[in-house]
Amino acid sequence: MSELPVHPGLELREALIFSLSRPGRAASTLFPLHADAVQITEQVLAQIPMHLRRRIAPVLPEVSELQTVRHFTRLSQMNFSIDTQVYPLGSCTMKYNPKACNTYAMLPEFMARHPLGPETQGFMSCMFELQEMLKEITGMRGVSLTPMAGAQGEFAGVAMIRAYHRSRGDLSRIEILVPQAAHGTNPATASMCGCSVKEIECDANGDVDLGALQAAVGPNTAGIMLTNPSTLGVFERKIVQVARIVHEAGGLLYYDGANLNAILGKVRPGDMGFDVVHMNLHKTFATPHGGGGPGSGAVGVGARLLPFLPIPLVGCEGSRYRWMSERDLPHSIGRLSGFMGNAGVNLRAYIYMRMLGRDGMVRVAEFATLNANYMMKRLTAAGFEAAYPNRRASHEFIISLRRENSLFQITAMDVAKRLLDYGFHAPTTYFPLLVPECLLIEPTETETKQDLDRFCDAMIAIREEMQQAPEKLLTAPHTMPVRRLDDVRAARELDLAWKPVG
Amino acid sequence: MAFIPHTSDDITAMLQVIGVQSIANLFDEIPSELLVGPLALPAALSEMEVGRLMADRAACDGRYLNFIGAGAYEHYIPAAVWAIATRGEFYSAYTPYQAEASQGTLQVIYEYQSMLCALTGMEVSNASLYDGASALAEACLMAVRANRASESRRVLMPRTVNPTYIKVSHAIAGNQGITFESVDFDRTEGRTLLQSLHRYQGEDFTAIVLQQPNFFGNLEEVDELTDWAHQNNILVIAVVNPISLALLSAPNLWGLSGVAKRGADIVCGEGQPLGVPLASGGPYFGFMATRMQYVRQMPGRVVGRTVDTDGRAGFSLTLQAREQHIRRSKATSNICTNQGLNVTAATIYMSLMGAQGIERVAVASMRNTDNLVAALTSIKGVRPAFAGHKFHEAVLLLDRPVAPVLAKLAGRGILGGLDLAEHYPELGNALLACATEVKTNNDIETYANALADVLSQRS
Repeated sequence: MSELPVHPGLELREALIFSLSRPGRAASTLFPLHADAVQITEQVLAQIPMHLRRRIAPVLPEVSELQTVRHFTRLSQMNFSIDTQVYPLGSCTMKYNPKACNTYAMLPEFMARHPLGPETQGFMSCMFELQEMLKEITGMRGVSLTPMAGAQGEFAGVAMIRAYHRSRGDLSRIEILVPQAAHGTNPATASMCGCSVKEIECDANGDVDLGALQAAVGPNTAGIMLTNPSTLGVFERKIVQVARIVHEAGGLLYYDGANLNAILGKVRPGDMGFDVVHMNLHKTFATPHGGGGPGSGAVGVGARLLPFLPIPLVGCEGSRYRWMSERDLPHSIGRLSGFMGNAGVNLRAYIYMRMLGRDGMVRVAEFATLNANYMMKRLTAAGFEAAYPNRRASHEFIISLRRENSLFQITAMDVAKRLLDYGFHAPTTYFPLLVPECLLIEPTETETKQDLDRFCDAMIAIREEMQQAPEKLLTAPHTMPVRRLDDVRAARELDLAWKPVG
Repeated sequence: MAFIPHTSDDITAMLQVIGVQSIANLFDEIPSELLVGPLALPAALSEMEVGRLMADRAACDGRYLNFIGAGAYEHYIPAAVWAIATRGEFYSAYTPYQAEASQGTLQVIYEYQSMLCALTGMEVSNASLYDGASALAEACLMAVRANRASESRRVLMPRTVNPTYIKVSHAIAGNQGITFESVDFDRTEGRTLLQSLHRYQGEDFTAIVLQQPNFFGNLEEVDELTDWAHQNNILVIAVVNPISLALLSAPNLWGLSGVAKRGADIVCGEGQPLGVPLASGGPYFGFMATRMQYVRQMPGRVVGRTVDTDGRAGFSLTLQAREQHIRRSKATSNICTNQGLNVTAATIYMSLMGAQGIERVAVASMRNTDNLVAALTSIKGVRPAFAGHKFHEAVLLLDRPVAPVLAKLAGRGILGGLDLAEHYPELGNALLACATEVKTNNDIETYANALADVLSQRS
């Protein structure tokens, strides 16, 4: 493995911070000051019994403040991000994260607020109003903000479904139905809740196969997990029938909010018949994805599941907001986080929603949908194959490259990597698994027509390269800090941490 | 304000390409009876208006002189930490699925994993979990998968572990049939005694949880407890405060002697003290580290160093075969993301502070808590609850119920600590208090004077 030189000009490479380290160097202005530091350290250490003391200091970098700032600033420049590139990653809703949301969530009073301190009314009022707005948007009766990500929201949802059946003595209901195209977290969540998973097929138009569903439900059915619009990028048109079949069989309906952006202010999960929903505030409500978190996975429930909501909630008595805990909700599925979940993410979502307001919500869905349908039309006109050409796109759509794959031996991965060279983050690839060689494209409402056109032009240029110069795709990317990485080696010769030599 | 950039010309041109009259046509597949009318939501605010609103709300919250810890600690955060972490290139990126376009995030995580391994002494770390409480729940689930010598799904849970962590473990792991056996603590020393484990000798448990320092701030005798666990084929899950690891023995070296000498098996905890603000309890991040032999049982994302097609070093997500998007219902966890941005902040924090800086923070926090305990226990009606060794937090006993005292202190702008009445009623009027490095002698005196004054009044 070749070693990296330190700071090579404007080339995007950066050595590990450990290689910048020199013994005795420190950003010492940041340390707490004590005139007699050595003496105090000795006194303090003397209070710790010898056998409980650390024997060898941890090997952390010894670098200056400037070195640190430079190192991490340079690393940041080795990322694609919404702030720097179009990022049409399907199912992830990579919309603009307004700066105001961050600025105002980081006001000093909010930053310093201890989670176990008094119920100060500023933060509490924001959280209460956020709960109320989310109830209205989803058509639910109660909302809890504690789940810390979509997957934890899913967990809370399925755990509530189980708790509901248990509370009725209906102990055999341990089977969760998921459509084939479901996000991987759905079956994983069902397992984490101690449920078994049964997959339901979709028909050729992307709707749930009602016959298969009818055959699958029964006395063991706990519920069904659905995304609508589905992960196939189309609205599930038979949702009312699906709800009836599942409810008649005694099961409940879980709404995965991954695609809520597509229907915001247009259709409400509660009106479709769902009993429980989770929302990805980091998708629909524009909180930053942060390089893979933190997210926030608030859950909403209908009347039947109200007693089981995860705690704490924010309640309102008269004009005073207060935490609702075990005492208020004795049947709650319990606590999922050390305090109240990702409070700061919730605060950012609140600010965003106040800026959108009533009318802005609907416009989000409309323009996300307009952008997706426009791109689908442009790309299919240029010869790309849409997975569901006769359907409206929701806020996202699927292009299948199976034809290109058989004609030019080009894969969806090759196209994804080549798009990076054109300055676009790749769409989601190979998901949903149902569609071969697929790209799931979600532009979001915050992109201009000009940028959508640039993306479509890039796709069309890449399509030409498939025929004229396929090696450009096969060896892409060419303009990134690294070429394609050896994932097999990464998994086989595990190198997961830098270790000091000797 | 919906951050929508379309001009009316754009809209016309786009609708024409699609071949529809209006945007409403794009929703014509939705059954019309499902379409909803205007929602009962507030009208939009401009950025200026929302700024004023939030400033008002923040002013409502005010500022307190804070002596609460209890799992969320007020440490100084160098300006550079969030100045860099909130750069758009980190802030608005997503999970590094396209490794070539995400080397920045990936290298940060690799460096984070390396630093976490250095702090804990363990061989591998994941890219983080949601928070400390949920990390413990995941560690319990992981222990069941990892401990092949045990057929039980039972975990020994001392009551000196953060009581909220215990609740969260119940809520998350309970659905998979994992049960917890509560282990009581010694009333004099406020720690878990080896003798209290003897009654479990020979029983089948999959793991024991040891929190160091424990919820009371006291030091557990982790060596003898670890040895006992290993002699009984029980895995040790260490819950540690990362700042304390500058002074306290690394979990990989827990255990005294003999065949069982191998240290903790899974190490987890709350990463918040490493550069993450209190901020009402989140977002924080949970960390988890383990020995290499259990790496495939570990939940969450992991970054590995590898090479590209030119032989140049680079980073990518690895061991994804454990994860939900590949394994679906057979995955180690349903977890999808980590707490990437907080990990970025923590990595910058650890780089700036280094081992020496973190040690200074730990020492100053211990010193301040010592001073706090001395100042408060010199007041009539206040005494220490426990005799044992402690880190930077302590339990004090008051001569009257704690809640009204705390309310009076809050009225004077002081958060005096956490009332333990709900979690530990048997301790009586117990208060958990903490003074980290950010507190000055003046601050401590302010608190002591206020408490003396409050206690001098009749309750």
